Amino acid sequence: MTPIAFAEDVFTWPADEPQLIGSRCPSCAAITFPEQGSCPRCGKVEMERHLLPRRGTLWTFTTQDFLPKEPYASGETMETFKPYGVGIVQLGDDVRVEGRLTVADPAELRIGMALELVIVPFRTDDDGTEVMTYAFRPTQGD
Amino acid sequence: MDDVAIIGVGLHPFGRFGPKSALEMGADAIRAACTDAGVQWSDVQFAFGGSCEVDNPDAVVGLVGITGIPFMDVYNGCATAATALQLAAQTIQSGTYDIGVAVGMDKHLPGAFTADPIHYGAPWWYGEQGLFLTTKFFGMKINRYMHDHGISHETLAKVAAKAYRNGVNNPNAFRRKPVSEEEILGSRMLNYPLTQYMFCAPDEGAAAVVLCRADIAHRYTSTPIYLRAAQLRTRKYGAFEVHRSWTAVDADPAPTVFASQAAYDQAGIGPEDVDVIQLQDTDAGAEVIHMAENGLCADGEQEKLLADGATEIDGPLPVNTDGGLIANGEPIGASGLRQVHELVRQLRGEAGDRQVPGNPRVGYAQLYGAPGTAGVNIVTR
Repeated sequence: MTPIAFAEDVFTWPADEPQLIGSRCPSCAAITFPEQGSCPRCGKVEMERHLLPRRGTLWTFTTQDFLPKEPYASGETMETFKPYGVGIVQLGDDVRVEGRLTVADPAELRIGMALELVIVPFRTDDDGTEVMTYAFRPTQGD
Repeated sequence: MDDVAIIGVGLHPFGRFGPKSALEMGADAIRAACTDAGVQWSDVQFAFGGSCEVDNPDAVVGLVGITGIPFMDVYNGCATAATALQLAAQTIQSGTYDIGVAVGMDKHLPGAFTADPIHYGAPWWYGEQGLFLTTKFFGMKINRYMHDHGISHETLAKVAAKAYRNGVNNPNAFRRKPVSEEEILGSRMLNYPLTQYMFCAPDEGAAAVVLCRADIAHRYTSTPIYLRAAQLRTRKYGAFEVHRSWTAVDADPAPTVFASQAAYDQAGIGPEDVDVIQLQDTDAGAEVIHMAENGLCADGEQEKLLADGATEIDGPLPVNTDGGLIANGEPIGASGLRQVHELVRQLRGEAGDRQVPGNPRVGYAQLYGAPGTAGVNIVTR
């Protein structure tokens, strides 16, 4: 069965070099993630689709070491839950976005490290469909 | 602002109370506040009620007396109680009424808060993907702060240990046992660098205050406490805030900074004049950050201040003298009025084993919560 993205219009995929899909205000240059219809800075209703840089640096991070309540929908239980990292990643000079990290051990994470966007499995639905999400992975060689 | 006085405070203890409803706790808090003020509920001309879980806090009148007064319900995240207090004060300032009540009450399920992220302006998938957690935000905020300003894990443990220690001397607190710094650091990691014992817990409780025109306060009490400032601010564009999938590269200070500056201006005092402090310690890191955001120290100074015991009850900057959120838990609608209750007790010299020495004159309280809202109140004798 073909894997699917957890939502449309969050990242370009399938793609060799997937990117997050944001929006940019042509008036004041504010950038958001994900896309939204009006500008959070100047309020104008003319946002344009804007693909975000794939690479960035870790601005801050934490770990999620307990199973979130609903609406969390990873399919995990208290017994099968695997902690995950969460970071704020600065993508160029565009924007800082929040996302899961492929690394969950704080000893392997440091503020300022280089990261890149990857599309990774999130859960498998009852019919066997693999659902994919976006995450940030330390850049090879960093 | 010198025209509104607090003449009575009442608190229902914070913790877990089985089948007792939030409205019943709210009624107890109102009765206690009216008794403290020496007024009857029938003397109260209006009220504001705050709650997260209770749709109609005004239904409390069915327990304290159905008198037909205007009773307005508010919800404003963790700043709910500050909002109820501010609106009650403004109602008196405007000359509409002379005497009123602000009450907050809540009864939460155990464990971290959750909801539908759509109602917080976050993407619909934000919760499904495991990002919709306030605890995670606080972990990320203090992690960056520690990196920028040299705050250690041990300092976080000192903050939490102080909260539990102060809770021991507060009969109304949820947590009343001391917890050592070693136990705090060694407890289960929830959101790096924050461990289980560094967090407050959602729980149950209620608090109420009776306010009146300052010029009639002496009819009711010989020790009125004046509400000198009540300010609320929401986030600016570049602030790093809870429940957001992105944040701007051009940073703005947190909303607390603006609420705090406005409150000092309104009260006509500065941070150096403050004698007793209540800060939003959702977690130990939040207390550290909020010390600086409220102008009580420079960024990074907390490391030495905590090592020196400056924020202890007998220190120069006593913070969260009743144990704060960490020892009391957080019934959202009541939390900010618990802070005011504690400040009033301290300024009247009624705080018993946790009394700040030296006849404190100025009390300061700050709330912060989703989706980036801060409230600050300043009271004086």
